[in-house]
Amino acid sequence: MEKMRLLKLSVPVTLAAGLLVGCGGAEEDAAAESTSSVSGEVLIDGSSTVQPIMEAVTYMYNQENPEVETVLNTSGTGGGFERFTAGETDFSNASRPIAEDEVALAEENGIDYTELELAYDGLSVVMSQQNDFVDELSVEQLREIFLADSDAETWSDINPEWPDEEIVIFSPGHDSGTFDYFNEVILEEQPMKDGENVTLSEDDNTLVTGIQGNPYAIGYFGYAYYEANQDSLKVLGISQDGGEAVKPNPETIQDGTYTPLSRPLFTYVNNEALKNKPQVADFTIFTLENAGEAASQVGYVALPEEEYQKQLDEVKSIIGEEAE
Amino acid sequence: MAANDTASATKLIKGRVVLNQLLKFLFLLATMVGLIFLVLLIYRVLDQGLGFLDVNFLTSFPAPFPEEAGLLAGIMGSIFLMLLVAPIAVILGVSTALYLEEYAPKNRFTRFIQVNVQNLAGVPSIVFGLLGLTFFVYLFSLGYTLIAGALTMSLLILPVIVVASQEAIRSIPNHLREASIGMGASKWQTIWTIVLPAAIPGILTGSILALSRAIGETAPLIVVGAATTIYSIPDSLLSKYTAMPIQIYSWTVRPQEEWQYVAGAGIIVLLVILLAMNAVAVWIRNKFQHRF
Repeated sequence: MEKMRLLKLSVPVTLAAGLLVGCGGAEEDAAAESTSSVSGEVLIDGSSTVQPIMEAVTYMYNQENPEVETVLNTSGTGGGFERFTAGETDFSNASRPIAEDEVALAEENGIDYTELELAYDGLSVVMSQQNDFVDELSVEQLREIFLADSDAETWSDINPEWPDEEIVIFSPGHDSGTFDYFNEVILEEQPMKDGENVTLSEDDNTLVTGIQGNPYAIGYFGYAYYEANQDSLKVLGISQDGGEAVKPNPETIQDGTYTPLSRPLFTYVNNEALKNKPQVADFTIFTLENAGEAASQVGYVALPEEEYQKQLDEVKSIIGEEAE
Repeated sequence: MAANDTASATKLIKGRVVLNQLLKFLFLLATMVGLIFLVLLIYRVLDQGLGFLDVNFLTSFPAPFPEEAGLLAGIMGSIFLMLLVAPIAVILGVSTALYLEEYAPKNRFTRFIQVNVQNLAGVPSIVFGLLGLTFFVYLFSLGYTLIAGALTMSLLILPVIVVASQEAIRSIPNHLREASIGMGASKWQTIWTIVLPAAIPGILTGSILALSRAIGETAPLIVVGAATTIYSIPDSLLSKYTAMPIQIYSWTVRPQEEWQYVAGAGIIVLLVILLAMNAVAVWIRNKFQHRF
């Protein structure tokens, strides 16, 4: 709060100069070369789910290294990989692992990369606080509720003791990494229901609003959206293979007992950039050292410390390769 | 007979008066609907956003904490975008309108262009984003830079400016042109001294509406690679940049409630800048209107 950056008066002047120079050339050469610290650009794109973590990391990094310009875009996991596999970006944030066709594209373009896990998120299956009959569901019941070829139309079709009311579904849109993950582990790539009782939205807050007011509505999204709306939403425990139902919370998400809906969030780094751009190497190390703190700040769950350390060693050995 | 006539006439008049009153009420209602929602919107935004609107908000870069987040990068990005878009789009748009109205022969080809321009005004903005991505970002190798964003936005609002300028130019009475030509002025002299000054209020109204649309657009800018989080202000045409609506959007999708308030503060700033732009246009318009 107290640190006020005053608007630099020189800015319009420099822009005018830029206009005169026109489309001259690469501006990064113009940056003053300092011997002690790194400079240049770090280009990041990808998932909107991972964006808050990366924003927190770039914020901390920028405080320490104002010479480096971090540019964080949000084209979505798929859009991010499109640019990443074409070699346009240094980092690609992803809420799912890189897909086969994207791996093939990267190979075709000669892009070598390293996958880094930044944090965990627990996909939370939620209903309204007004709902008084469901507290937990099994993976099989979830499939019955969400799959297109199941006959379950009403809650009583799932469990005869439950009311004869239609099931209303709120789900992230089919382009989102969140849907991709749910699709993979719960639906097993079979088509999801659609129709008048299904609402898809790319904005998780829309899903929250829809579920809040309807006792017969069910939906899922990242844990942070449940955490921020605990007073109006209730989170369901999920059981697998006849086991005990587990509710998501930072502990169960981190130690993996909340399964199968606990998912890692990734960023992918371009190895070429890691070796040849000092600012990318520096930023990667900084990211792994601070991702845990950044994740908890914005409502995600940090990995166990040793996981970051393991990745840090791996990254450092890749950076070291170039020195020899 | 006569009594009968008067009676039916009175009845008729009464019917018209009632109809008139009814329609007046309906039109008032229609006006109120728009107005009420505008007031509600402004109330909600002010209510949510004012608490987060302070000097710090205007002079800070993005931050992971709602109390520290600022819109500086977005404000400067949007202003620089507009500084580029306004001259590019207005010069191109007015030139096109002048050609179509004053020079082009009235044939099938001109009509073909005409219809296309009008249809372009209705094309979804995301399509212009893809166009910008293909041409400016890749084909012209401008990359994800301020100038690529500005050119894309210029294309987006060009059709609206062309159509509005054409209307304005067309509404200048022909006898003004004829008088000028009769005095021996060339076509260009007539346009420069007679047609354009008279048409400026209409052209400006159209241009400012178009620019207002551009400053609020998000989708095409995301496609041509405007950043979400950036800690610098553009300092050249090839700078990376962000814009106000992109930052506001990225705040509204956050889970924590405070971000909605930060977004509210951002919307207030956007509205104020929009109003300022409109005010400048009204001022210029009035200045020119006095001449005639």
